[in-house]
Amino acid sequence: MADYEIPDDLRYSEEDEWARLEDDCVVFGITDYAQQQLGDIVFVELPQVGDRFAKGDAFGVVESVKAVSDVYAPISGEVVSVNEDLADRPELVNADCYGSGWLCIIRPGDEAELESLLDAKAYRIYVEERSEPDQ
Amino acid sequence: MTLRRTPLYATHRRLGARLVEFAGYEMPVQYSSIIAEHKAVRDAAGLFDVSHMGQIRLEGPAAIAAAERLLTRPVASLRPGRVRYALLCNEAGGVVDDVTVYRLAEDALFLCVNAANVEKDYRWCVRHSPPEAGVRDTSEQTGLLALQGPASAPVLAGVGAAGAADLARYAFARIEVAGCPALVSRTGYTGSDGFEIYLDAGDAERVFQALLAQGEPLGLEPAGLGARDTLRLEAALPLYGHEIDDTTSPFEAGLGRFVKLDAGGFIGAEAIARRRDAGSTRTLVGFVVEGRGVARSGYEVVRGDVVVGKVTSGTPSPSLGKCIGLAYVSPDCAAIGTGLEVRIRGRTTPVRVVATPFVPAAPGPTGRVQR
Repeated sequence: MADYEIPDDLRYSEEDEWARLEDDCVVFGITDYAQQQLGDIVFVELPQVGDRFAKGDAFGVVESVKAVSDVYAPISGEVVSVNEDLADRPELVNADCYGSGWLCIIRPGDEAELESLLDAKAYRIYVEERSEPDQ
Repeated sequence: MTLRRTPLYATHRRLGARLVEFAGYEMPVQYSSIIAEHKAVRDAAGLFDVSHMGQIRLEGPAAIAAAERLLTRPVASLRPGRVRYALLCNEAGGVVDDVTVYRLAEDALFLCVNAANVEKDYRWCVRHSPPEAGVRDTSEQTGLLALQGPASAPVLAGVGAAGAADLARYAFARIEVAGCPALVSRTGYTGSDGFEIYLDAGDAERVFQALLAQGEPLGLEPAGLGARDTLRLEAALPLYGHEIDDTTSPFEAGLGRFVKLDAGGFIGAEAIARRRDAGSTRTLVGFVVEGRGVARSGYEVVRGDVVVGKVTSGTPSPSLGKCIGLAYVSPDCAAIGTGLEVRIRGRTTPVRVVATPFVPAAPGPTGRVQR
């Protein structure tokens, strides 16, 4: 099985986004599993600062050579920052999905929603369930 | 439904390929990265397992006459040892499949056909041929590798198949590859120089491994269907089910040069001529995206508020660093240089009609550009 990096200190959605609480805001991006599944990312479409989303809303798009994939808001809130570097360097999502390939920063509408996300252990199980080779 | 597997399935798994369903087969879409595999083919070499493709053999006293009736280009004039690209068409002038024809002998040839169409093509050939044409589906016992890119000939030379370098474009010969009997043709679906290597299914793994080991120091990479698609699209080669299908006529698809109407006599010839003379409501064009985003298959092409066509294939072009595609548009929008728009998720992005191929075909072994 392919190896996927799943940092212990992050929370995860079932749509393969990661989230990290920083001060009173939440930074998030897509996981290593998601970027490996997508392959070479060539285009990232992000919301605008000030846009508001409910948990689960599609609010952006990540495109690889072969596929288009929606990105869903892992929690409700208002966008306070987007990663402008991705406009010219979408490949950062492949190279460093938990670092310079981050997507957005949201100010949460309801911090309790963070608790509903998966922890690293639960997310790893979720990933392994889907990547189990079928013999 | 259980997916079928090629003889190289275990090898793909071992190489860490990501496998997807394609034409009922479980096939590698990529090993490392589509872009890296694409560039390996353009700059050095890529090795593809295309054993899912089908082979239909016609052998016997009526084989050549039957093929003349089935195919849009003459077969009688095709010499043994030569390959020709041609179409199978239906009575309405639609495309049953696009194929390469290999003339094996005076009374024998085979068609290499698209994986998704093997059964349809076989039934079509049987239905329109007498028993003396000896139509057989030999797909199951055949393994097929495509070795593509400028380093292909040196790689073959390194595994004891130096003779391959002497093949002209669209010629083939029986040559041993890594000690295994093979039929090697100088053909491909990438727009780069290269070879297709037909093998006994049981030898496919051994030859694949030998080519991989020989080629890796030269920059060869195993390459999947993802790179195969971006490569063929840069070369503006049609993909069955996208640019052509049972309803498209060869002329609207820009394949008129592969239809020998004056020879006549093949199935669909009259309808193709009629449709050509009547003019079509759509024509296939190449475009480059001038705005942002990837214009993918199925997206609408618009001019102003009017829908004027539909994208059939679209991709980022690793060689050009911009997005390219093919689309059917109404003929008044088809002139080179025409500015149009494509609807991408509710927004429109500008595109421009350009000449194809997007990337010039590599010179053939004689230095001339051939097809």
